[in-house]
Amino acid sequence: MSRRNAIEIVTAALLAAVVALVLPRVAELFVLINATVFVSMAILALSLALIWGFGGILCFGQTAFFGLGGYAYAVTALNLGESTYAVPIALAVPALAALALGYFMFYGRISDVYIGAITLTVSLILFNFANSTAGDQWHIGEAPLGGFNGIPSTPQLNIPGDPDATLSPQAIFVVAVICLASCYILSKLVLASRFGRIVVAIRENEARAELLGYDARRYKLGIFTVGGLIGGLAGILFANCVFVSPTMFSLFYSGQVIIWVMVGGVGTLFGPIVGAMLLQGLTTWAGTLPGINPNAILGVILMLAVLLMPTGLLPGATAVLGRLRRGIAP
Amino acid sequence: MSALLEARDVVMRFGGVAAVDGVRIAVEQGELRGLIGPNGAGKSTLFKCLTGQLRPTAGRILLRGKDITGLPSFAVARLGVGIKTQVPSLFDGLSVQEGLMIALRRQHGERAARGLAGAALERLGIADLADRTVGLLAHGQRQLVELAMVVAPEPDLILLDEPTAGMSLEETRRAAEVIRDLNRRHTIVVVEHDMQFIRSIARTVTVLHQGRVLVEDEVSRVLSDPRVRDVYLGRQVAA
Repeated sequence: MSRRNAIEIVTAALLAAVVALVLPRVAELFVLINATVFVSMAILALSLALIWGFGGILCFGQTAFFGLGGYAYAVTALNLGESTYAVPIALAVPALAALALGYFMFYGRISDVYIGAITLTVSLILFNFANSTAGDQWHIGEAPLGGFNGIPSTPQLNIPGDPDATLSPQAIFVVAVICLASCYILSKLVLASRFGRIVVAIRENEARAELLGYDARRYKLGIFTVGGLIGGLAGILFANCVFVSPTMFSLFYSGQVIIWVMVGGVGTLFGPIVGAMLLQGLTTWAGTLPGINPNAILGVILMLAVLLMPTGLLPGATAVLGRLRRGIAP
Repeated sequence: MSALLEARDVVMRFGGVAAVDGVRIAVEQGELRGLIGPNGAGKSTLFKCLTGQLRPTAGRILLRGKDITGLPSFAVARLGVGIKTQVPSLFDGLSVQEGLMIALRRQHGERAARGLAGAALERLGIADLADRTVGLLAHGQRQLVELAMVVAPEPDLILLDEPTAGMSLEETRRAAEVIRDLNRRHTIVVVEHDMQFIRSIARTVTVLHQGRVLVEDEVSRVLSDPRVRDVYLGRQVAA
């Protein structure tokens, strides 16, 4: 691993530790729950940043894994009465879904825009399906699916093995921050590994990678599955601070996550995390203004970002800083 | 002893057109074979069949006597075949060094790969480009970088499709030297339409014309063959 990578990983861990220690002590409950939502969204953005920015796979339906993670968590936790086994199961379900979907896409040699269309369609099918599960006949074991209303009774995480020790919103925030930092570090490590470097090479030129003896399909499937897993984790955390409902699969979220990654900077990991938090914050704030549609603001920001900082916030800012430094230096 | 690479009656049809129409060639271990012909002779199509980029309509392709017909290109590459395409196919966003490392990581650990990458760059005289971004290099340099990526893993057989396309005279001369030098350790098949270049490197040449083998002989005899001159000048020749 390069020195720069090591510094970035240590910085991320320290930053997460500070946020996790300080914010729960100073923030009000409402702010903290909102912050947990932001963190789960940042994890979702990170999952897309990994597969789009580094795998070159533009997945328009990353929310499919987000929603599957949430629903799998809620359904399993309701059935088992606690979250100890619900979490691993809720990670496995979206990862396996990504594996299966990815298998058909990549081994079917589907690429580019068709991947976007297929993944978007899958998330919309899930959205429609979850939406049409109203009524008592729609349940998995003890868990009612609830149609458009989702599952408001989504249980909170508890300390593994101790069903009575339900985590407080403060503790869930800390867990979410640890998850975000872990996913960031995991992504860094994956990208620094032999596997990750070949994934990037395939993004650069799939034909050349194959002529060098790499089966591109396997590598794309691998990174897509990791992305599904991380997206699922985001869904579990979201389920813990809101509750699961079909909106998790919706076009609204699948569009937003793409905007977060674009504005933050495709090809970086930290950019999309910042992009998700900033834009979430901005849309939440805009939602409180009278007579303003937050989506219109989001649209304007996207247009401005594409026009003024086509590489995204983080690469753009880095370039500006570099120019300033060169300008100041003798 | 069987040939290292053999095409047996390979046919590649696109609709009603047979771009390759029953080609039979055999390349022995250690050879430096030129594969020439005018535009549209079927050279590049045959090349794509040999490298797994196209699956031939009929016929078989054998590597060390083993049938590799229809194997995908990554599987062909794994059998020890280095492939250079006509338009340089490179990892534009990566550094030259990282591209070489990608070429080597499949078979080697990190440290061994670094050593071999350095050696390959040295061998092609482009060690000074190691830290440059591939996408920013000039065309001739890109050709050399791709060549370095192809030879770095020490493949038994190297297949080159028009390696000098777009190169300056000086770069072409250098490439000829490099290819002759590579031939000491590797069997090489070069697809070219530049006869002068082929004369400077190859001993045996196969001439393709309208998807078939027109002549196959020692290079000077081929180049003085009136039929070969005729097809290059566009005259009708019975193959």
